Formats: sequence, C-alpha cells, structure tokens
Amino acid sequence: MTAVQSLPVARRRTSRPRVARVARPVVAVAVLIGAQEALTRTDVLPAGYFPPASEIVRTFVGELGDDSLGPALMSTVRTWLLALLVSVGLGTAVGVLLGLVRPLEAFLRPVIEFMRPVPSVALIPLVVLTIGTGSGAALFLACFAAFWQVLVPVITGVRSAPAIALDTARSYSLSTWQRIRWIQLPSMLPHLATATRLAASTTLILIVTAEIIIQMPGIGHEITMSRSAGDPARMYAYIALSGAAGIVLNVLVRRIEKRLNASHGLEGSR
Amino acid sequence: MTTLTTSVSTARGRAVIGAAGALTALGAWFMLSRGSENVYFPALPAILDETWEYWRTAEGLRNLGASLTTLSLGLCLGIVFGVAIGLVIGQLTFVEQAISPALEFARAIPATALIPFAMMLFGVGDNTKIFLIALGSLWPVLLNTADGARRIDPTLRDSARAFRIAGFQRQAFIVVPAVLPRILVGIRIAIPLGLILMVTSEMVGAQEGLGFVITQAQATFQLVTMWSGIVVLGVLGFSITFAYSLLERVLLRWSDPRREDA
Repeated sequence: MTAVQSLPVARRRTSRPRVARVARPVVAVAVLIGAQEALTRTDVLPAGYFPPASEIVRTFVGELGDDSLGPALMSTVRTWLLALLVSVGLGTAVGVLLGLVRPLEAFLRPVIEFMRPVPSVALIPLVVLTIGTGSGAALFLACFAAFWQVLVPVITGVRSAPAIALDTARSYSLSTWQRIRWIQLPSMLPHLATATRLAASTTLILIVTAEIIIQMPGIGHEITMSRSAGDPARMYAYIALSGAAGIVLNVLVRRIEKRLNASHGLEGSR
Repeated sequence: MTTLTTSVSTARGRAVIGAAGALTALGAWFMLSRGSENVYFPALPAILDETWEYWRTAEGLRNLGASLTTLSLGLCLGIVFGVAIGLVIGQLTFVEQAISPALEFARAIPATALIPFAMMLFGVGDNTKIFLIALGSLWPVLLNTADGARRIDPTLRDSARAFRIAGFQRQAFIVVPAVLPRILVGIRIAIPLGLILMVTSEMVGAQEGLGFVITQAQATFQLVTMWSGIVVLGVLGFSITFAYSLLERVLLRWSDPRREDA
C-alpha cells in the first residue's frame, strides 16, 4: 500500500520538467511559424520571396498528390542509400587493411592527405564529361567525398586497440584472424559509427548538389525548377522535404549505430 | 619486411616511406598520362604548365582572390554566429529546450538545397556565396560549441562561482577557453564544407571564382584549364587544412591533452 501511495508523488516530481520539455519546443515552433505568418501577411517580409507558412503547407499537401514528389524523393533517397553503403563499405575495407598493414599506410598517407580535402564538387565538370548526367555521376561524387571521411577514422580506430588487450591476445596465442576479429574490429566500431554519421550528411549534401547543378532528377532539381518557375512556395515545400528526409536519415543511422554498439557491449562509450 | 615494419615506427622512417609514396603516385600519373590521346585526361605536364600560366595572369588571380575573399568572409560570419548562438544554447537550458527541434530541422536541410533560396534573395553575386558559406559552416561550429558549453568541467564552474566571477568576465575567461577545443573541432569540420559551398555556389550563382572558371572551361571544352582549376582547388584545400592544423596546435598548446577528446 505504501509503495502504491508513494508512486504518484514520485511521478508528480518528474512530470513538471517533462511537460516543460514538450511544451517549450511546441510553443517556440508555434511562435516562430506564427511570426512568419504575421510578417508575411502584413508584407513586412516581401510575400514574393517569403510566402506565408500556411501557403507553403498547402502547397506541400497539394504536392503530396502530385506525381513529381514521389519519384523525386525516391530517386534522392535511393542514390543516398547506395552512396552511403558504397562509401562506408569501401572506406571500412580499405581502412581496416591500411590500419593493419602499417608500411602500406605510411606509403599512402601523403596521397590520402592530399586527396581528402579536395572539394569533390570540383570534379563535377569532369564527372559530367566522363560519367554523364545520370545518377551514376551523383553516386560517384558522393562516394568520393564520403570515402575519405570514413577511411581516416577507421584507420585510427583499428590502431586504437588497447595495448593490454593486444598483449593478452599474444599471451593466449590468439591467431592473427582471432586478434583482428575480437580486438581490433570492435575497437574500431565507435570510430566507424561517428564516421558514418558524418558520411550520411556529406553524401546527402553532394547528391542534392549534383541534382541542382547537373539537373538530374531528385529533390534538388525540384527546388531549382520551382525557383526558375517563380513558384517560391513550392521551392520552400521541397526544401522542407529535404530537411525532413535529412532528419529521418539521421535517426535511422543513429538507431543502427546504437544497436551495433549495444551488441558489442559499447553502450557507454561515446 | 621486418626492417620495413620497424622503420615505420619512427617519424623519420614514416616520412621517407611517405615521400616515396607521394613520388610514386605522381610518377604513376605522369607515366599514365604521358602522350595521352584521351582529351578528358590530358598529360600531367600540360596540366601543370597551364596551372602555372593561367593562375598567374590578372584574370586568374582575380578569380582566385574572389574565391578566397568570399570563403574567408563566409567562414568568419559562420564561426562568429555559431560560437555566439552555441554559447547561449549551451548555457541556457530553457533556450535549448525551446529551439532544439527547430534547430534539428534546419540543420538537417542539406546546405546546397538552399542555393536556389539564396539566389532568389541575393541574386547572382558575392552575397549569395557568403550567405551560403556562412550558413553551411554555422552548424558544425554551433553544435560543437553548444555541446562543449553544456559539459563544462564542474570544478571549473564551481571555482568560478566561488571567486564570484560572473557576467562577461566569466564568459571571456572561463567559458570560452574551456570550450575552445570544441569550437576548433567545429571549425575543422566547417572548412571543407565551406570549400564545397564556395565551389558549388560559384558554379551556379556567380560570375567569377574557381568554380566559375572550372564550369566555364568545361562548357568551352578547354579541358586543360578545367584540370588546372581542379589542381588549384586541391592545393588550396590541402594548404588551408594544413595551415589550420598548425593554428589549432598553437591555440591548444596550453590545454591538457588528456581532456581534449573528452
């Protein structure tokens, strides 16, 4: 009985901050949208550039029934997933190899350090000429940018295996494969997770860039098209869509990361 | 193999092997492209010649200057606003709670998706570029600053309170130095992003700059000039990143290395 009675007390104590945590952002977002609506309706912000929020929402809902939104979103997301898979896969494979074979890594390091900061968008004209303007071009650009972002942390991660663990492995005479499988790969995982999160946003940026510049179908293309067609509401609707896609993808990557870490008993680290 | 493995563990051994690697890569490029018949992949000496010739002319220097000016202005704006907003968000819990969903959404929009928006607002020109670079570099700086300010060492915070250090003094002498390592991490992520945005916005929303030269060269089929632009961008990216890592080392000399990645 006493236990039952003490429960509501405890709940009341925690419930107020929880309400605030939900209420504050809701109020803040409502105030922001309301202010935008008021400023644009009264023409303080030129409505030609900033259509009222309600109009953007109406356009967005209208677009949902249109047949250009679905294919655009699908094309962007498909290329994004593929680019993420390829860059993370390739980056991990090469990174593990270089992490394990030190002389090879020392040999290639200057080349890596030179290629890494090259802005991959600089390659767009070359890619257009050689690969063309299909989704292959966007895929290549996104992978080129994200590959280095995965490669370098993975090398560091493989190297970050604690010395004690490695010594223990030696005294238990673990085979090379066992050492890699049970010590060096797990110590790489947190680094890989951070790198994947970074790569997820980089690949999305480059795919949207490719869509805008080389006019391949996708969200970015719809954004530029709306601007040149003088339809700002539609432009904002698609920009919002790109943000929503970004959030969904972030959550997805974070969830996979959490599951991976949990399965390797790394929940607390980073 | 054993001598190779041992030489890797010394700094000098690594430098020698690295130099060998760089030379091999250059040599391979040279040999593979020598007498190249493929118009898309011209010979390396031709590219280097063109780089040396074009980028020293008045026109080349003007384009290079335009790129560098907008990049530095954009980055400065992004860093200043990022640090300022980050400090507020990181220290005032209710502000953070109120605007973090809105921020999360704004951040998820890929920066280049806003190119059409910026062009509509500012037209074709420098302002579009500066706006985009600033906006793109804002997020990594802001998020890292806010995160750093949120997790200031409690001992530091309590000592400040015990000595009654508050207001501006507290911000300038306690919070900012403590958050500095995180701010610098944010800037390190922001620099390559700024470069990407610089080139992209020059490709669609400007009449001068490196990106403009590269796309113009592609459109007029001057592929050697296009390649020279790519080489210049590569060198630029490399030197900025390298210079920044030196600066970072100088700025963080005082800090405790054990706490740096905490």
